[in-house]
Amino acid sequence: MEKWRATSNLRRSLKSILNRQLSSVSEFRYLNEKRSCQSSFNLIRDCKSLGQVNAIQHRCFSSASTLVQRNPSFSTLNSDDISYFKGLLGEKSVIQDEDRLETVNTDWMHKYKGSSKLLLLPRSTEEVAQILRYCNSRCLAVVPQGGNTGLVGGSVPVFDEVIVNISSMNNIISFDKVSGILVCEAGCILENLISFLDNQGFIMPLDLGAKGSCQIGGNVSTNAGGLRLVRYGSLHGNVLGLEAVLANGDVLDMLGTLRKDNTGYDLKHLFIGSEGSLGIVTKVSILTPPKLSSVNIAFLACNDYSSCQKLLMEAKRKLGEILSAFEFLDTEAMNLVLHQLDGVRNPLPASMHNFYILIETTGSDESYNREKLEAFLLSSMEGGLISDGVLAQDINQASSFWRIREGVPEALMKAGAVYKYDLSLPVEKMYDLVDDMRIRLGDLAKVVGYGHLGDGNLHLNVSAPEYDDKILEQIEPYVYEWTSKHRGSISAEHGLGLMKANKIYYSKSAETVQTMASIKKLLDPNGILNPYKVLPHLLNS
Amino acid sequence: MKIMVAVKRVVDYAVKIRIKPDKSGVETQNVKMSMNPFCEIALEEALKIKESGLAKEVVAVTMGPSNCVDTLRTGLAMGADRGIHVEAARDLVPLSVAKVLKKLVEVENPGLLILGKQAIDDDCNQTGQMIAALLGWPQGTFASKVVLDKEKQVATVDREVDGGLETLCLDLPAVITTDLRLNQPRYATLPNIMKAKSKPIKRYTPEELNVEIKSDLEVVQVTEPPKRKAGVILSSVDELIDKLKNEAHVI
Repeated sequence: MEKWRATSNLRRSLKSILNRQLSSVSEFRYLNEKRSCQSSFNLIRDCKSLGQVNAIQHRCFSSASTLVQRNPSFSTLNSDDISYFKGLLGEKSVIQDEDRLETVNTDWMHKYKGSSKLLLLPRSTEEVAQILRYCNSRCLAVVPQGGNTGLVGGSVPVFDEVIVNISSMNNIISFDKVSGILVCEAGCILENLISFLDNQGFIMPLDLGAKGSCQIGGNVSTNAGGLRLVRYGSLHGNVLGLEAVLANGDVLDMLGTLRKDNTGYDLKHLFIGSEGSLGIVTKVSILTPPKLSSVNIAFLACNDYSSCQKLLMEAKRKLGEILSAFEFLDTEAMNLVLHQLDGVRNPLPASMHNFYILIETTGSDESYNREKLEAFLLSSMEGGLISDGVLAQDINQASSFWRIREGVPEALMKAGAVYKYDLSLPVEKMYDLVDDMRIRLGDLAKVVGYGHLGDGNLHLNVSAPEYDDKILEQIEPYVYEWTSKHRGSISAEHGLGLMKANKIYYSKSAETVQTMASIKKLLDPNGILNPYKVLPHLLNS
Repeated sequence: MKIMVAVKRVVDYAVKIRIKPDKSGVETQNVKMSMNPFCEIALEEALKIKESGLAKEVVAVTMGPSNCVDTLRTGLAMGADRGIHVEAARDLVPLSVAKVLKKLVEVENPGLLILGKQAIDDDCNQTGQMIAALLGWPQGTFASKVVLDKEKQVATVDREVDGGLETLCLDLPAVITTDLRLNQPRYATLPNIMKAKSKPIKRYTPEELNVEIKSDLEVVQVTEPPKRKAGVILSSVDELIDKLKNEAHVI
């Protein structure tokens, strides 16, 4: 801390951040600059100069209104705390090494960076409980962390919160082959669970691009959606039980494995989607669907958005129970993926189309399902809904189609600065927002639209070479107001985290938010769990 | 010129295969089947040659039970003009396939016969070579590049061999088997899938072709390779020496 204060020159670091090209700077140097920005932030906080606080906030974080101050009621770590944790967890699970702290302090998009000095790696629920009991008694703020793949800054510290990372709790506890109920610890990586279940003949009810790193505890805590929601529904339906540790160290064992249990208030739903602000999820029991052998996937092109909508309606009707995914990308998204990612081929190279749709069907009878899909596609083509399309002939081709759709976030990251918005809107209106944003932003930035059309979920991304407030001004609060006007959700599946903590009123009424704040106060009176996030800051005091 | 391409229906390349409990073979029930990847490459090459104007027709051939027609339909959807299906029980050995192909070549008279270098289920890598011998045609196997010269009626084939690349010049008619780097197979587009429904598929039986299907080989047992044992972390050099001496018997 001392050496950071001495080494950074405030104005120079600010300027260098403004001029930096995200994509061209090597990782190490970028984070170095971020670090100097962070230290200058601390410097300014100590100077207590409000005007300058606003200015630095504005440049370090991309959202205009994260005017966050460190809550003075939280204690600072001291050497007694470190000794206690070392005694509790052992030397190996208490990390103070700067390099490792760098990674866990920064989110996946390199947009948010905290300055935590301590990373804890508990290996059991008991250890988590003791950590939280201690932190609660000392009033030390805590950030629960899993795979750190969140997109709203909810998984990294804002200031010097202690990071409690669940990655070491990665055991599969049990699996019932008859019912398909899987019980596992919260640190299990989603892809590992998918492989395990594959051997047993089952699949996870959710699937997302981040599956190689994201953990099930985090998925549950954020109520992750993903690519298969249109078929299997949300985690609220698939999670049968969970075990969570409250802020005071109490362990709530709600790890039921029953499909039906109407005894009392179903508290697990509070934890699903609360983004770690009500408790740390340590175990999950989830219902897994059987793996069906016949998976078919088609990559289609449509001329305009209304064809996409009609295609969705037809797909739901004609493909019915075998439809398992319905995703869309626009031309901009497709271009970006083809340019930025290696080994990606355009399945429809003949010409660039306006919209691309990916339809996947999963069923038990190969020839029957294939015929059904082919019949649907051919009739849609004859009806003019599709202008072109390809059907995957083997699993490799299928993976390459998914690579295109799942690769859009990665391609956006590589292209430079990206402003990400995740909105739930009525399907007819969804693309109007993208068109509006294109008009508003003009040449300033590229607007890319893609998402889970089957669920009415638009991922609106604005891509520019660098972060620039001029761009941000045009986007916010216009996007939120637009969404609010159509009674949409300002965060369909990404959650609120830090990025949208103060935006909740665009989608929820004041009374509702007040009740949420009461529940938070009840379960976490000292507010140590993931502070500054999810609910508006003013309510937290 | 007509090009004949032989394609095989195999367990999809990306599927994790399982052995049947009675160890008689690989589990194929309820498992995704698709066209052998090398056969796809062979078909793609034939289509490319046709599109460059050097051939008039591409005929896809497959042999096996009735569900093999799916693979033929994929071939037609990629762009082949006609299909031929020879009904036979499953698991034909390469020599039988080669004998059937010889009869079909006598019927169809193609100028070029393209096959995948091997099938991913049996990894035999024999059919192309055998048919070339039976027909007395030159062969260019493991092709990574094919260039046809219509006037001189030759095919220049770059072969991927252990030592590097070997270039051969073959007089047509010839047999070519394809390797991975030859091309990237196209996707089956919807308009082509639609057209494929009306393309003809001719059925033959081995009897009609006067070929006797018999195998001199019998599969006795199919087992998984032994599982890799986990590594052991040793604590000292002495322990290492002890293990090398007494367990591995290498010193």
